[in-house]
Amino acid sequence: MRNFARRIFAGIFKKKGEVKLGFYGSPNAGKTSLANRICQDWLGEDLGSVSRMPHETREIQVKEKVILERDGKRIEFKLIDTPGIATRIDFEDFMKFGMKKKMAQGRAKEATQGIIESIKWLDDMDAVVVMIDSTANPYSQVNITILGNLVVRNIPVLVVANKIDLKKSNIKKVQGAFPDYEVVGISAKSGENIEEFYEELFKLVRKI
Amino acid sequence: MVKKKKKVFGKFKKGKDNLTIHFMPYSEIANEDAIGRIKKIMGLVLKNKIIILQGKLDADEEVRLIENSMTLIGNIKGFAGIEIASLSGENENRGLFEGVRRNIAKILVGEQDAITVIGPASVVKEITKDPKKIELMLQRK
Ligand SMILES: Nc1nc2c(ncn2[C@@H]2O[C@H](COP(=O)(O)OP(=O)(O)OP(=O)(O)O)[C@@H](O)[C@H]2O)c(=O)[nH]1
Ligand SMILES: [Mg+2]
Repeated sequence: MRNFARRIFAGIFKKKGEVKLGFYGSPNAGKTSLANRICQDWLGEDLGSVSRMPHETREIQVKEKVILERDGKRIEFKLIDTPGIATRIDFEDFMKFGMKKKMAQGRAKEATQGIIESIKWLDDMDAVVVMIDSTANPYSQVNITILGNLVVRNIPVLVVANKIDLKKSNIKKVQGAFPDYEVVGISAKSGENIEEFYEELFKLVRKI
Repeated sequence: MVKKKKKVFGKFKKGKDNLTIHFMPYSEIANEDAIGRIKKIMGLVLKNKIIILQGKLDADEEVRLIENSMTLIGNIKGFAGIEIASLSGENENRGLFEGVRRNIAKILVGEQDAITVIGPASVVKEITKDPKKIELMLQRK
């Protein structure tokens, strides 16, 4: 109820036309890679840094006034890249990437705070891209929890199965896991199928 | 400059020696609000227990549980968060507990309802390395 009132309220004061688009998912799914690609395609600049080490994004990153055009339609986005959500963080995992203990502990601390931030920001989104690594098991609790919370908040969702350039990728499995959602397979890295992503994104915005 | 002593609220005992399972019928938390439920669950997790909850948490409770775990990771030494999996016929979660899913479901709740398994990440890691362990524990029950 409170949430409902908030959304109406937010609707009234929403800057006209601006769509707040969040990128959510597990660490390493490729959220920042996709956000960067969109920013490169339409602004010619990056949004954030990408790494093979999980929890690279540990603070919300925002890019405003990203204007996309398609079939004569123009939509202004505010892109919001979020820290990957996890239920566990072990600093020793970072040490496997060659980090010293102190550094690893610092990174772990920032990562825990980042996750709390990601969760807080859920309420502020107009639409969300849920990023799933299509080479990994899609039935993870994090994916289920994120989707469940978006449903409760009535926020439109596009599920993106990322990393289709890799041999292990299995889009069918992602579709099978989330039959109620539109799933678009892409490679944020190579740009494969990115046009279809934009098409689905424009369809998604109509649901807001 | 005096080095500020790090605030530590407690120590979490890592290890598999005192691994126990707490079977939680939904009635045990049915009358609690979200905060009460999280408190109860986290209390057991910090005692190194694996909880098998008959039923499911709702979306809001799930994120609160994650937030709570994140806060504790910094403050309780040795604690690295939780693993959680809801298992039901309809929404097959084939994550970490794949090897033990059927057994738990059969032994404890029959096939009908959803169950949720929650445990300290460090402990669950041990189990997934050796799924037989949980079967043995359940049989001893
Ligand atoms: N092969 C392949 N690798 C990808 C793709 N997208 C991202 N990656 C790689 O996956 C790793 C993680 O990418 P990020 O974009 O940093 O992932 P993220 O979801 O932002 O991760 P966090 O910030 O930790 O939550 C990096 O090594 C990327 O290069 C893809 O489409 N294909
Ligand atoms: Mg990132």
